[in-house]
Amino acid sequence: MDFELLVRIFPQVLLDGLLLGFMYALIALGYTMVYGVLEFINFAHSEIFIVGAFVGVELLLGLKSRGVLDTAPWPLVLLGVMLAGMLASGALAVTIERVAYRPLRAAPRLIPLISAIGMSFFLQDVIRLTESLWRNAFNLVYPTLEPLNERFELTSTLDVSAKSLVVIVAALLMLWGLHALVNRTKIGTAIRAVAEDQAAASLMGIDVNRIISLTFLIGGAMGGAAGVLFGVQYGLINPYTGFIPGLKAFTAAVLGGIGNIPGAMLGGIVLGLLEAFAASYMSLLTGGAFGAEYKDIFAFSVLILILIFRPKGLLGEVVRERA
Amino acid sequence: MIAATAAVAFVALSSAAVALFPRSILVFLLFQGSLLYAYVARIPGWLRATLLGAAVLVLMPAIGTYNGYYLEVATQVGAYSWAIFGSPHANVLFGGTGFPLPSWWFYPFLLIGLTVAAGTGVVLGLPVLRLRGDYLAIVTLGFGEVIRVLANNLDKPINVTNGPRGISPISRPPLPLEVSYAVGFYFLALLIVVVVILVNRRLEDSHIGRAWEAIREDQLAAQAMGVPLVRAKLLAFASGASFAGVMGVVFSAKQVFINPESFTFLESIGVLAMVILGGMGSIPGAIVGATVVTVLNLQVLKGLSLWLNELKNAGVTIFGYNLANLPTQLEPAKYERMIFGLILVLMMIFRPQGIFPARRRQRELGEQ
Repeated sequence: MDFELLVRIFPQVLLDGLLLGFMYALIALGYTMVYGVLEFINFAHSEIFIVGAFVGVELLLGLKSRGVLDTAPWPLVLLGVMLAGMLASGALAVTIERVAYRPLRAAPRLIPLISAIGMSFFLQDVIRLTESLWRNAFNLVYPTLEPLNERFELTSTLDVSAKSLVVIVAALLMLWGLHALVNRTKIGTAIRAVAEDQAAASLMGIDVNRIISLTFLIGGAMGGAAGVLFGVQYGLINPYTGFIPGLKAFTAAVLGGIGNIPGAMLGGIVLGLLEAFAASYMSLLTGGAFGAEYKDIFAFSVLILILIFRPKGLLGEVVRERA
Repeated sequence: MIAATAAVAFVALSSAAVALFPRSILVFLLFQGSLLYAYVARIPGWLRATLLGAAVLVLMPAIGTYNGYYLEVATQVGAYSWAIFGSPHANVLFGGTGFPLPSWWFYPFLLIGLTVAAGTGVVLGLPVLRLRGDYLAIVTLGFGEVIRVLANNLDKPINVTNGPRGISPISRPPLPLEVSYAVGFYFLALLIVVVVILVNRRLEDSHIGRAWEAIREDQLAAQAMGVPLVRAKLLAFASGASFAGVMGVVFSAKQVFINPESFTFLESIGVLAMVILGGMGSIPGAIVGATVVTVLNLQVLKGLSLWLNELKNAGVTIFGYNLANLPTQLEPAKYERMIFGLILVLMMIFRPQGIFPARRRQRELGEQ
């Protein structure tokens, strides 16, 4: 075992892990907010996330074909693309809630979950169909924004690309913004009230349906932003890309305590770090017998262990059982 | 009396239609429909048994000898009918018939597959005993991914699964009858399905079945009444998985080739769509669901693909748009997810109890 190597790659792995973790945190927010108000796993959230990525890639490709991608200032381009992705994903989330979940709100718990799984599959192929008709391809590559490819050497063993920095900063800003929205504004108070007790909230004059729609809008927008950042960071997307990050983000939400917003952020970061370290160190520590390909197993084992030993997650309250 | 005549006439007519138009899907569905009618109609038991028996044992294979497609459908339906249990363990069923054992080992392997799968079910069940509902669903999904990743990577350090290249060829079982292979496999699948259905029906009203039902309705009350929770739950995991295991062995022998991608999440969702469509917990429902979904996938989508291709090649113009300009990536045959998804969402919104609801589900979901 090469101890020196383990130490040398440590900062780089830490950085990669944080990057992945912020991504998971952004997606996990969508799961956790919806679970907070409805006690329901929005399985289609992974597609809401990937729709954001597709809107982003379409816009960037459109700008590129008009030749303005390299001349326009990149922060503006990125901001615009992210806003568009957030808008599209948020609108999609609200629509899905209206069409596929709201009619089922009184039904037994399994019913909306199955509807959500169906929605997820349906959307995957709708994206594929749209892209096939429009572009005759559904595996799309994000066009590169040149200034984002620059790398800064921090130490001799650690360098960071501008891209990663942008992703981390954007994610942090959004997490902070959401935190402020939920804890400091009237709307945030209403969301928390609905999560606490729908009947009591509606007696206090809160329009519960509107707040639920709003929750889907915010969660979806966060997912859409994560989609654009995912595309910028990792490049290649297709309609089925969202599934695994979605499942991982759900794991992150459970890890942090589902329904709990700071928990989702913490869970995302912890899971991202765990995964990055598993991917880099597993092969070194086991002498090559188990390689990076086992990182997914690692992530899901964490989920199972958490559910067994601390079902409420790291920060969560006790999950009530609804019969 | 009228019902009996109608049933006989319906089955006879649709059989004749099938014999005349062996390639029409509609006629085939009609035939299936007539069998279902015979199953649910108020007719004497012996007549029902004769009609269904004749159709399943004589007509289907007879038609099958000159049209392989029906057997394809029927065997697939058979292979999928373990879905009656709605077990999420489709991914667990690596019935490993990969070694070059003599082909008659297939039959003992049905038992081995059953045992191994039941064991896997218990192993998977143990850690998640405390979970309920949606958590349980997500964790089993996670397990599915874990098994797939394992299967993909267990070609080193010891080569167990041969990784993504898969295992091939898998030897096929020898059949005792002097019939064509397709017909033989049909009977084999039929036999297994019948056994599975019988076992299920007996289980439903048995001690264990009632315990399961009690747990489903109210865990605490069940425990208070003396139902051993842990044992009953583990037994449920084991039995659900064991049916899947048997079908896994049959599946691998039929396909001659398996690799990890044969058992993706997509397969599980396809099965879920069948169960939901037919009605959870209902045996005729599962058969109808399996038939409809399989026909949609195998025939309708593929047919649409072929038809579109023909139109494209002929350069047909619709509303001034030349179809030859259609994108090449547009293949209707690949859109099975859309079908599964639509079925699930629409059924949940409009008829959550399924087409042929089990009595219990009907009471729970039907009166809203």
